[in-house]
Amino acid sequence: MADGNVVMARGMPAAVAPPQKGTLHRIARRRSTLAFLMTLPLLAVIGGLVAYPFFYALYLSMLNKRMTRFVGIDNFTFLLSRETFQAVIWQSVLFAVSAVIAKALIGFILAHVLHALPAKGQRKWRGMLLVPWVIPPAVSTLAWWWMFDPSYSAINWVLTTVGVPPVAWLGEPSWARFSVILVNVWYGAPFFMIMYLAALKSVPDQLYEAAAIDGATGWQKLRYVTVPMMKNIIAITVLFSLIVTFANFDIVRILTNGGPQDKTHIFGTYAFQVGIQSGDIPLGSAVSLFMFPILAVFAIFVLRDVTRRNKEMTG
Amino acid sequence: MAQVSLRKIVKEYEGGVQAVKGIDLEIADHEFVVLVGPSGCGKSTTLRMIAGLEEITSGEIAIGGQVVNDIPPRDRDIAMVFQNYALYPHMSVYENMGFGLTLRKFPKDEIRRRVENAARILDIGNLLDRKPKALSGGQRQRVAMGRAIVRDPKVFLFDEPLSNLDAKLRVQMRTEIKKVHQTVKTTTVYVTHDQVEAMTLADRVVVMNQGIIEQVGAPQELYHHPATRFVAGFIGSPAMNFIPARLENGAGALRMHLPNDIVLPVPASRTQRYAPHAGREVLFGIRPEHLTEVRATDKPNIATFQATPEVVEPMGMETLVHFWMQGAEVCARLDPAVPVEPGRPLTMAADLDQMHLIDPVSGRVL
Repeated sequence: MADGNVVMARGMPAAVAPPQKGTLHRIARRRSTLAFLMTLPLLAVIGGLVAYPFFYALYLSMLNKRMTRFVGIDNFTFLLSRETFQAVIWQSVLFAVSAVIAKALIGFILAHVLHALPAKGQRKWRGMLLVPWVIPPAVSTLAWWWMFDPSYSAINWVLTTVGVPPVAWLGEPSWARFSVILVNVWYGAPFFMIMYLAALKSVPDQLYEAAAIDGATGWQKLRYVTVPMMKNIIAITVLFSLIVTFANFDIVRILTNGGPQDKTHIFGTYAFQVGIQSGDIPLGSAVSLFMFPILAVFAIFVLRDVTRRNKEMTG
Repeated sequence: MAQVSLRKIVKEYEGGVQAVKGIDLEIADHEFVVLVGPSGCGKSTTLRMIAGLEEITSGEIAIGGQVVNDIPPRDRDIAMVFQNYALYPHMSVYENMGFGLTLRKFPKDEIRRRVENAARILDIGNLLDRKPKALSGGQRQRVAMGRAIVRDPKVFLFDEPLSNLDAKLRVQMRTEIKKVHQTVKTTTVYVTHDQVEAMTLADRVVVMNQGIIEQVGAPQELYHHPATRFVAGFIGSPAMNFIPARLENGAGALRMHLPNDIVLPVPASRTQRYAPHAGREVLFGIRPEHLTEVRATDKPNIATFQATPEVVEPMGMETLVHFWMQGAEVCARLDPAVPVEPGRPLTMAADLDQMHLIDPVSGRVL
C-alpha cells in the first residue's frame, strides 16, 4: 500500500496542484483514496473467494437439515455430543500434528544434507527431492494406494521377500492412520525442505565462523545459531503446513475414504461425508468450521512471535 | 599472550590458484602487526588461516610455540573481529559478548565480571541489554571488539574491522583500537587495505602483494626506505611519483636525465650506491611532499626545474598540483599561499635527499 501511495504521488501531478473546492473532489484526489481504488480488484477477489464462502458457511451451519429454520449453535452442540465426531477431532489433531512434526523434522534434515552438498551436485538432488511435491497429490496418492493394495502391494511383496509377514496397510485402523500420515509426510516434506534450505542459505557464513572461534561445536552451532536464525521460517512453515494439513482431503479420501470404521476421518473428509454424501449441508458446514477457531488462535500466537522476532533482529 | 609464527605458508584453491605463495612471518608477543595490501593480495586468507577458518595447503602456523595446523578454531585460543561484525542478531549485547565464555562453561559471575569490564573499556556499559539491531555501526564494532576482549585470548585477529564505517567514525574507532591494544597488550594481527590504518596502528606493517610479502617493517621504515616499487607506491598518500629516467655518469658525477630535458644531479651521498647502475634506464621516485615550490631552506640537495601544472587541487592546508612527464603523472604538494593555476609554468624544487631509484624490470629499489 505504501509503495502504491508513492507511485501514485509521483505519477499524479494533480496531487500537488492547488486544493480544489468541494469535499467529494478533495476525497477523490487523496492519495489514500486512489490507493484504495487500485487495490479494489484484489479486495474484491479476496471478498468473493474467502470472505463470502466463510460467512456463507457460517450462515449454513446455523440452519436445520432442510435449511428452512435458524437453529443457532445446535449443529455444533450436536456434533460435540457424538462419539464419531469426537474421534474425528482427535484423528484430525493426530493426523495434522504428527504429520507436520514429521515433515518439519525430515525437511530440516534434508535441508541440512542438501546445504552441505557441494554446489555442483546440489541442484540435481534438490530437483529430485522436490518431485513428491510437484506431482498432483491425487495422482501420487493413487500410486501409494496401489502400493498399499492388499493383493498387489509392492511394499508387502518386499516385506514378504525379507521374511516379514504382510501388513493390512489400509484395512487395520492404526496402520491405516499410519499410512495416511506417511503419504502426507511424503508429499509435504519437500516443501519444508525447500523453505528450510532457503533459510539456511540466508544465514551469513560469518556467524558460523564467529561461533567456531567462540568455541562452538557443530551441535552448538545448530542450537545457538542455525535454529534461532531460522525460527521465523520454521514458525511460518509449520503454521502454513498445519493449516493445509488440517484441511487435507484428497489423501484420506483416495486412500481410505475415512475407513476402516471411520478411524481415519479428518475434518475435511468427514465434512464431505456428512454434508455432501449424506445431504446434511448445515451439519457439514459446522464440521468444516470447527477447524477455524483452533487454527486462528494458533496463527495469532505464531504470527505475533514472528513479528516480534522480526522487529528485534532485522535492521 | 603469545607469539605467532608463519612458516612457508601456501594457500592454493581448486584449479591451482595460489592465494598465498609461501610466506614467512614472525609476530612477537604483544606486537600489533598489520597486514596491508590491495584486494586479492592474500592478506585476509592469511588471517583466516591463522584463525583456522581456512585450511593451509602447505607450511606451518604456530601460536605460542604450538603448531596449530590441525587444531580447530575453537581450540586455538584466538578471538576475531569481522568486517561485518558477525554479531548474533538474536542475542543481546551481553549475550553476544559472553557467548564464548558460556560455551566454555565459565561461571556466571566470572562472565558478568569480564563482560562488564570489557564494556567499561569500550564505553558500552549502557548497551548491554540491547539487540545488535538497535545499535549504530560504531557501537556494533565496539561490541564485536568486546566479544574478543572478554575471551582474553592469546591473539586478536581483526579482518578489515573499520571498512563498513564512515570516514569520521573510522578515525575515531582507529584510536579506540589502539587504546584497547595499549590497555590489554594482546598480540594482534590486523588486516586492512587502508594504508593510513596500517601506518597509524601498527608496530610493524606487512605489505602483501599477489600472495607474497613485499616488505615487513615499522611504518616509518616502510615510508622512508621502501624495498620495492610496489611498497613505495602503496605507502603514502598521494602516492610516490615514478618518473622514467636515465642514470648517466658524466664529468665524475652521476646525473639523472628526466623527460622534458630535465637533468638532476645525484647527491654525493648516493653516488657510491648508484654508480654501478650508471648508463641504465631507471625510475626516479620522489614523494609529492618532497616536490614543492621553491622555498627558503638550508637543505643541501634541492634541485629545481620548470613544470607546467595541468590540474590544481586546493586542499586547504596544501595545494596539490599535477603535471605529466613523458606519460608519467607527477604530483607535487605546494604551500596553499603559492599562487598557481593550470597552464602557467612554475619552478619546482625536488628534495633529492629523499629520492629513490628503482630498477624498472625487477621493481627493486636500488
